[in-house]
Order: sequence, then structure tokens, then C-alpha cells
Amino acid sequence: MTRQTITSYLPTVAVAVAVLLLWELLVLLLDIQQFLLPKPSSIFAEFNAQLQLWLAPDERSILFESGGATLWEALGGFFIGCGGGIGIALITSRWTSVSEATMPFAIAANSVPIIAFAPIMNNWFGITNPASKMAIVAIIVFFPTMINTVRGLTLVDASELALMRSYAASEGQILRKLRIPNALPYIFSALRVASALSLIGAVVAEFFGGPRATLGVYITQEASAFDFAKAWTAIILASIIGISFYLAVLLLERRIMPWHVSLRG
Amino acid sequence: MESPAIAIAAKALNKVFNPASPAAVTALQNIHLEVAAGEFVSLVGPSGCGKSTLLRLIADLLPPSSGELRINTKSPQQARHEREYGMVFQAATLYQWRSISKNVQLPLELMGYNKTERQQRAQSMLEMVELGNFANHYPWQLSGGMQQRVSIARALAFDPAILLMDEPFGALDEFTRERMNLELLRIWRQTGKTILFVTHSIAEAVFLSQRIAVMSPRPGRITDILPIPLPYPRDFNTRNDPAFHALVAQVRGLLRDAIDAEFPA
Repeated sequence: MTRQTITSYLPTVAVAVAVLLLWELLVLLLDIQQFLLPKPSSIFAEFNAQLQLWLAPDERSILFESGGATLWEALGGFFIGCGGGIGIALITSRWTSVSEATMPFAIAANSVPIIAFAPIMNNWFGITNPASKMAIVAIIVFFPTMINTVRGLTLVDASELALMRSYAASEGQILRKLRIPNALPYIFSALRVASALSLIGAVVAEFFGGPRATLGVYITQEASAFDFAKAWTAIILASIIGISFYLAVLLLERRIMPWHVSLRG
Repeated sequence: MESPAIAIAAKALNKVFNPASPAAVTALQNIHLEVAAGEFVSLVGPSGCGKSTLLRLIADLLPPSSGELRINTKSPQQARHEREYGMVFQAATLYQWRSISKNVQLPLELMGYNKTERQQRAQSMLEMVELGNFANHYPWQLSGGMQQRVSIARALAFDPAILLMDEPFGALDEFTRERMNLELLRIWRQTGKTILFVTHSIAEAVFLSQRIAVMSPRPGRITDILPIPLPYPRDFNTRNDPAFHALVAQVRGLLRDAIDAEFPA
């Protein structure tokens, strides 16, 4: 990292530190009860204790086990849903009429609050089965991924397509050398949204019930036991996992399409 | 390969858009045009006169409504499939996800050339348009004029007999355009290609061509075909030649006649 990029992150870091300090001070000065809003310092102390447990060879950390289980659900749902969305889009875009017929349904389905199906998925797959959460996540990420991929495959510049036709390129060649590269920015913008959605979907689906060692269940249990500092550690871990997931997708995007407009220095 | 004497032959060619509807538009009416192998012919006319449509019929990107069209004695479809022509559009239409060299290699990939030959040909084409040092750049790193030179290199990469150019320098500034004109004449003399060049710039058409087909709109038709007897090689001084100015004035007069016939005073 160059000196310049470090300097460019400084304001962001400064804001974060300021907010945490303000939070700590407000809790102290206004004497806010621990169960309403714990101090950042006590949340970090609890988080650190769990981290030490997790790193110790003979100990177990229920928090980090929960994080692992929820990440597994989110990842599973992400790959099934995004893979399915991209796959269906590739298949339907082969026949323009089919993709045009399915698009209104996909767009309508995209605005349905899919999380409301969580109890039904719990019945279908079993409440402690990760598949029930993966199913919810998969459905949530499926539609935006499919819609964006279809757009990317079909919204091809007319001259770029005419160029391919002038070379007497086959449909398969046009797909591989024009439509798919053209769709990549659309696909990655969907994947970035999906990475965040998949973790949100998994945690919220767990609110409807799941194994003890998952972040959603951990948060609801600790909150109902008034152990808010513990509940907050789970929120922090969920944030860390969510942001890392997002950054991983972003990194992949930069590796795969270094040519893209948004990445030009 | 033995090249036939007539590269492009159009006889009684008509193109009507939406023929069945009341909004039918006769884009081209009774077009007769013969372009000899190795000849440089320009189509000049105001916008809407069908010059780009004629180019697209020749390129088999649009079907004619009636009439006969032969490209190197083949049907347009056969000619396209046998890669008889290379096309250059008004926009450079470079694929932004491909490096400059990879863009030039695109038609070669589609046509199944092996990697070594692709790279060698791309490099020699780029050297011909004086962009040999830009092989690994991306399109956005090049100016508009450089991008258009890349698209000419791409059109020539598979050594087609004919070059179809649809207002290729229309988006460039005056100075760049004049430089590109010189460059194109040099390439034409170096390669001996047949060039059919669409433009709305009278001066550009006179400067480049051996013959000019003057077109008029609604319905689009060829009103005059004018030989340009200026000797080659033509250079910057050609534009100062009184003979050049006389020819420009003559073409302008022919175009005015065509337009006056449409909008009688």
C-alpha cells in the first residue's frame, strides 16, 4: 500500500474512531444501562475473550462456531443461488423470447420479501438443517443475479454485434466472445449485492429458528437473556464476515476484469 | 487467389423498410453501382440518403428487398461467410475487455488461426497503422484517432479483399481526420484493397476517392457517379490544388441539385 492510499483512508478511520469514542462517552456520561446499550469497550472485551477461546487449542468459542456455521449457510446459498441465476440466464438468453417472457416474473419475484418463506423452509428442510437457510439465501440472491445477467447478455451494443455478424461468427462465438464479457460487469455488480444479501438472509432466517451455534440464534438468545454485550459481539462478527465476503467478491472482480471503467486509475 | 475484375456489383437494388405497413420507407431505390477490384469509391450524401444502408446490404447485415447484389461474384451471404470483406464502423467498436492486440486478433480467433499466427499478424497490422508499441494497451488508453486506426488494423487482419468503411472518421476532429485520410491512402496503396467508403464530407470523399457516387435522400438513390482525376499519391498539398477545389465545388453542386429536387423553393 502506498503512502497516498493510506492517507486517503485516514478520514474514514478518523470518523470510525470518533463515533466509537462518542458512543463510549455517551454511555458513561448519560449512565445508560448495560442491557440497553453496552459500551464499545465491554463489547470488544467480550469479543476478545471469545477470540482467545477460539484461538486456544483445547477451548471452544460458541461465537466463532456460530460465525462459521452462518458463513457456511450464506456461502452455500450464495453459490447455489448465484450459480442458478447465471445458469438460467445463460440458458434463457439463448432464446430471446424465453428470457423476455420470464423477465417480468423475475422482476416481480425480486420485490417479494422472500425472507417471509423462512418458516416454510424450516418445515421443508428441518429447522436445524443448514439447507433450510441455504434455500432462503439461494432464493434471495437468485433473482437479482438472474436479472442482471440477462441484462448484461442482451444489452449488447448494436455495432459490436454487427461486427460479429460481419465476421460470420456463430451464436456460440458471439456468446463467448461478446455477450459473456459484456455481461461480466453486470454479473459482478449482482454478486456484490448478493454477497451482502446472503449474509443478511442467513442471519435473519436463523431468527426464525436454527441450531444453537449460528449467529442469528446466538443474537436472539443472548438478547433475550439480556446479555447485550454478547449479542453485540455476534453483530460485530456478522459485520466482519459480511464485509470480508464483499471484499472477496470485489477482489475477484478486479482480478477478472481489470479493464473495467470503474477500476481505471 | 485470382481476383475478379468487379469486386462489388449492384443491379436495380431496392430496400424498403416495413414494406407491408403504411409507414413503409423506401431507403434505396434502383441502385446501380459497380466497383472494380482495387478501386477506391466513396458514397456521399446527406444523412438519410441510404448510404449506410447500402453498405449494410453489401455487408449482408441487412437483406435487400429486390435487385441483384454480387460481391466478388458471390451472393452477399456467401461473401460474408467466406470473409470477403472487413468492416469499419463510425465508432471504433473495440471490445473494451480486450487489449489492443487482442482486439485485432478477434477476427482471427473466430476464423480459427493458431495463436502464433494471430499474434504475428496482429503485430504486423498494428505496425502498419503505426501502433506497434500499443499492443498491450487497452482501448480506453488510446485517443479516438488511434482507436479508429486499431479498428482498421482489425478489419485488415484477415486480409479480406474488400474494405467497407461506414463514416469511419466522422467522429474525429478536422486535423486528426486529415491525418487519417493520408494514412488510409497509404494503406490502400500498400495493400491494394477495394475500398467502399461512406462519408458526408465532400472534401474527404474528393481527397480519397477515384470515383464518387453522389446520393440523394427520400428515396435514397445514386444521382451521379463522378470520377476524381487527381493524381496519386495525394498529400497535404492536394487540398490546396485548384483542381481539388473545383471538384469539391462540383460535388457540392450535384448534392445541391439532389436536395433542391427534394425541397423545391
